[in-house]
Amino acid sequence: MIEAQGLAKYFGRFTALRSLTVSIGKGEFISLFGRNGAGKTTFLRIVAGLSRPSSGVLKILNPQPQSPQAARGLMGYLSHNTALYLDLTALENLRFYGELHGLPHQDSELEREIERVGLAGRGQEPVRNYSRGMQQRLAIARAFLHDPLILLLDEPFTGLDQAGTEFLRGYLAGARRDGKTCIMATHDVPLGYELADRMVVIEKGVVALDLSKSSVSLDEFQSRYGDLAKES
Amino acid sequence: MLAKIWAIFRKDMLVELRTKDSLNAMLFFGIVVLVIFNFALEPVRESIRAAVPGVLWVAFVFSGTLGLNRMFAVERENSCLQGLLMVPIDRGILYLGKMLAASVFMLITEAVVFVFCLVFFNLTVWKEIPWLALVFLVGTLGFTSVGTLLAAVAANTRMREVLLPLILFPVVLPIIVNAVEATGIVLNTVDYGALRLPLTFMSVFTIVFATVAYLLFDFVLED
Amino acid sequence: MGKSRFDNVLGILVLVGVIVALYMAFLQAPREKTMGDLQRIFYFHVPAGMVGLVALAVNFLASVMYLARKNRWWDSLALSAAEIGVMFMTIVLVTGPIWAKPVWLVWWTWSPRLTSSLLLWMLYVAYLLVRNYVPDPDRRAATSAVFGIVAFIDAPIVWFSIRWWRDLHPSPMIETGGLSAAMRPAFWTCGAAFFLLFIYLVRRRLFLETARHDVEMLGRHVEMLR
Repeated sequence: MIEAQGLAKYFGRFTALRSLTVSIGKGEFISLFGRNGAGKTTFLRIVAGLSRPSSGVLKILNPQPQSPQAARGLMGYLSHNTALYLDLTALENLRFYGELHGLPHQDSELEREIERVGLAGRGQEPVRNYSRGMQQRLAIARAFLHDPLILLLDEPFTGLDQAGTEFLRGYLAGARRDGKTCIMATHDVPLGYELADRMVVIEKGVVALDLSKSSVSLDEFQSRYGDLAKES
Repeated sequence: MLAKIWAIFRKDMLVELRTKDSLNAMLFFGIVVLVIFNFALEPVRESIRAAVPGVLWVAFVFSGTLGLNRMFAVERENSCLQGLLMVPIDRGILYLGKMLAASVFMLITEAVVFVFCLVFFNLTVWKEIPWLALVFLVGTLGFTSVGTLLAAVAANTRMREVLLPLILFPVVLPIIVNAVEATGIVLNTVDYGALRLPLTFMSVFTIVFATVAYLLFDFVLED
Repeated sequence: MGKSRFDNVLGILVLVGVIVALYMAFLQAPREKTMGDLQRIFYFHVPAGMVGLVALAVNFLASVMYLARKNRWWDSLALSAAEIGVMFMTIVLVTGPIWAKPVWLVWWTWSPRLTSSLLLWMLYVAYLLVRNYVPDPDRRAATSAVFGIVAFIDAPIVWFSIRWWRDLHPSPMIETGGLSAAMRPAFWTCGAAFFLLFIYLVRRRLFLETARHDVEMLGRHVEMLR
């Protein structure tokens, strides 16, 4: 569904991605690993269309969007920045994004979304009053409000407490069941392994490891990932 | 498409109504400028009515620039701009929504600052008000048409708020010249026919730059 | 790398052109009857302004091409045109008052030409300021290209606004800009010389900028080898 060929991205002298080639099938859940600065965020941003690659090709197929604009409609992007307006209420935030997406959601449907992410009854409060975990839950509702086919998540478990982590884990498991294609960057190896169909490790701007879950156990993967980190 | 422009406009208005950060700063700054001019123009106190158009528009431009800066500062918190960029809309629509919101903030500020100006400089102005409103409206739209684009340009740089006046004022000079002249015509000469030229000029300016900004906005925002 | 044959030939042409232009302006051209030798500044003041406008047009075209093609060479050209353009506009703004003071007894007249020149100079400076404060090269290229386009579209609007404003508030000084037939050869020679100088300087600046770009590319390889 998503094909990246030789993606490169430079910021002046600094190379974020050197030549990244990876193929992601429809409905696959990819856990993306790698050190800070290895290129995970850059790759996700390029897939999301937020960043243009310096060279290389990114293709979205099946369905193939007619324009970059349409491509964005297929995707939802969640980073550790929530993209929420702190002075508006949860309902107002969702209403705004719903209108921008052209969704016909009534307020009652939006309230249901708010309940779905475990924030029942707090939809009328300004987001400023929420805890970090609550904001992240609302961010999930916001990012995926338009029910996209592709979910892109950049270290979404950062800063979540136990309850929040449980919630997100359940949410992503549900997304898998629904056949969504997911790419999730994470530092949490066991969690990433558990949710994934495939583990991809980016090191120095290229794909260093690409393993399917069925081919390695968690311990094997952890040791191979650890060896990779030691080499550099 | 109109619905989405309205959505962005409404969101900016809503955020502002909650905090009133931007409006308070703009109003206060505008009034401060008036006060400073009162002292600066002491030597020409008798002919102050002639200087009022210039004083007004200096106050408007300075507070308007403050408002423009805030337009994009608000999107920086929590990377809200990223959320907006992920939505499948033409980036130019973002521009139009923001331009309208900036215009409304500026017009509100202008109305209040104008009232203070009447009080400070002891002016009586009644039948001129509709004409003034027209001049203020057209001038403001001209200012925000290019100002919104340049605010996005400045937001890309390290200096942000500091850079915007530096790059905006030379570009927006034609609006200032025309607006001051037009305001002067309404307040001092009452030859309303002479308004046609500056108003047309400012309208053309607005249309030209709104179009340019709509087309170029994408390039400013993308990474 | 380094200077190509073309640049060397061009350099010599420029040198010759400038010498000829100086001769024409100071010796060959007739003495103006009211202002005397001071009027000769005209042969540098106006051509410099013309070159400034050409530089703006080059910057505009290069900015548009950059946004269309995303090729950094266009960005380098835009920057070069802007920097050399600022230089020529500075010449205009310096020679203007030198001319004005003895003739009209004022350093500055808010005449349409002088005021528009000042605004144009400020637009160039604003362009360079924008460039100065964007750290990432690709972002810098796109952002400044947008500003370059805005500046170019704004320039004629500024010109007309100031002209109109001046009509409404005429100044006591009437700017003479007449050229008698005898003066034309000197004028056009200076124009040609300045134009050649402009091309030469832009080429040298462009070379410097593309060299900088090459260093950036090499730096990338070095970083990757670490």
